[in-house]
Amino acid sequence: MSETRLMKGNEAIGEAAIVAGCRYYFGYPITPQTELMEYMAKRMPQIEGVFLQAESEIAAINMVYGAAGAGARVMTSSSSPGISLKAEGISYCAGAELPCVIVNIMRGGPGLGSIQPSQADYFQATKGGGHGDYRNIVLAPNSVQEMADLTMLSFDLADTYRNPVMLLGDGALGQMMEPVNLEERPFVPQEKSWAANGLGKRTKPNIINSLYLKPEQLEAHNIHLQNKYQRIIKQECRWEEFSVEDAELIVVSYGITSRIARSAIEMAKRDGLKVGLFRPISLWPFPSERLLTLAKQTRAFLVTELSAGQMIEDVRLATRQIKPVHFYGRMGGMMPSSREIYNQINLIVREKEAVK
Amino acid sequence: MNSKLYARSESLTDAPFHYCPGCQHGIVHRIIAEVIDELGVRKQTIGIAPVGCSVLAYEYFNFDIVQASHGRAPAVATGVKRVCPDSTVFTYQGDGDLASIGCAEVVHAAARGERITTIFINNAIYGMTGGQMAPTTLVDQVTTTSPYGRNVNQAGTPLCISEMLSTIQGARFIARVAVNNPSNMAKAKAAIKKAFQLQNSGEGFCLVEVLSTCPTNWGMTPLEAVKWLETNMIPQYPLGVFKDAGGE
Repeated sequence: MSETRLMKGNEAIGEAAIVAGCRYYFGYPITPQTELMEYMAKRMPQIEGVFLQAESEIAAINMVYGAAGAGARVMTSSSSPGISLKAEGISYCAGAELPCVIVNIMRGGPGLGSIQPSQADYFQATKGGGHGDYRNIVLAPNSVQEMADLTMLSFDLADTYRNPVMLLGDGALGQMMEPVNLEERPFVPQEKSWAANGLGKRTKPNIINSLYLKPEQLEAHNIHLQNKYQRIIKQECRWEEFSVEDAELIVVSYGITSRIARSAIEMAKRDGLKVGLFRPISLWPFPSERLLTLAKQTRAFLVTELSAGQMIEDVRLATRQIKPVHFYGRMGGMMPSSREIYNQINLIVREKEAVK
Repeated sequence: MNSKLYARSESLTDAPFHYCPGCQHGIVHRIIAEVIDELGVRKQTIGIAPVGCSVLAYEYFNFDIVQASHGRAPAVATGVKRVCPDSTVFTYQGDGDLASIGCAEVVHAAARGERITTIFINNAIYGMTGGQMAPTTLVDQVTTTSPYGRNVNQAGTPLCISEMLSTIQGARFIARVAVNNPSNMAKAKAAIKKAFQLQNSGEGFCLVEVLSTCPTNWGMTPLEAVKWLETNMIPQYPLGVFKDAGGE
């Protein structure tokens, strides 16, 4: 399928997963990601893939663990409360180094929260979510096309690093329709000599496991994981910049919020203000190095998120706060208008003028 | 002429079992290994290890193993089996794992008629964590979390897993056995073998519940434990085949 089609974000993820060679999907219904599950229910039987509606999010992630352990490209998807339920299983996947793709189409929280878009799961996605010292690779698209592209990338990164990858979207991205082009691409299945899929011609059993009862061994395993995470930090930081070269204020924003921020920045630029946009695409690894470089040449940052302020902590850490880091966020499923962000930009810029 | 009458099963490694004296996990491991050898499916078998005393099953079985989180072995087995439909996939779970935290997973694996075999070890107690009350703990049985005996008003009644699962349409074969004497061991082996054969012929979910002793946490000698199992557990958990859906 290489023609351009109008698709919902959730559906684009599903089709992109199939293009990437994913033939196993395990999920559980939850708004606002259900279209993805329904799409897989329709598509998987057409291509002799497996779609299975699990009895819970917990069961679904453990089916993913089993399928990934047997060497398959496999995906599950959910929304915030469901991701909390999957957290233990994701920790097991990280511990046993199983490649898998987990989609979180975020909604408002805490608790049952709401079904409207939110970005309040940033901490959960990037700082662990489950127990133990582990990291997910976290990718944050901001368009339906990018939801497709980053889904395909997620499968490759998962296999390359034997690591869970989380695609972090939100209710708006999941539900909105945009043109998307899904280029067919030749998918070469990777050799997974570690997979537990029956001895066959092997003589030594393959064991998928995250248990190390001896502390020396568990520490060695943790050091191995940390070394891998360092490699990922070096090689897999991704971001997009708009008009940052001479910006006196840089707005830092990801996902759906970055598009609203971009409209606000364009308004401000029409007023002659020097404002730019920095959009992290990989939330973990966070593009810290580049932000620090920008911190040295700009005068201030404005972080906008659909949360009380979560990514802002990484921005502060990255920039070592050598420049002020301002924040504007909405919560509970509320979205800021571009005018709101434009007003914030004006406030900050005018304050700076006053102290000049 | 000398001839070999008894040897280690090929499906077992050389690692000595860590199980307590009088614990029957070792017997059940051996039976499973013999069955897999006899069916000639070792090279296509993937076992799912639980959380509990048998968490280290991957040290003892000589084939591929996936270690699962607590209670989720049937979900993990589902993932493995869907990827490897021609393989022999089984879960090995205790009563805390299967009957308590993993109740939903086993019920729905049965409901889907998942082509897996589950070996369920019921010793009426949590072994690994040191003897706490399980859903299968008998009424008035003393454990570290029912120190005055399991009180029906406060902690309810024992959960009869085989009876419960036998009401599910997708379940193909459900049996309860014990390994308290040689005759019962032979019956247990026959049931376990059947549960693997039915899986291999693609017939649906099979579970064999094995009543088992835990002398350490019951506070008994191995012989007292066998006696206790016979006088207390078997009356509560009668042995037999509870479901044989396509059976003769």
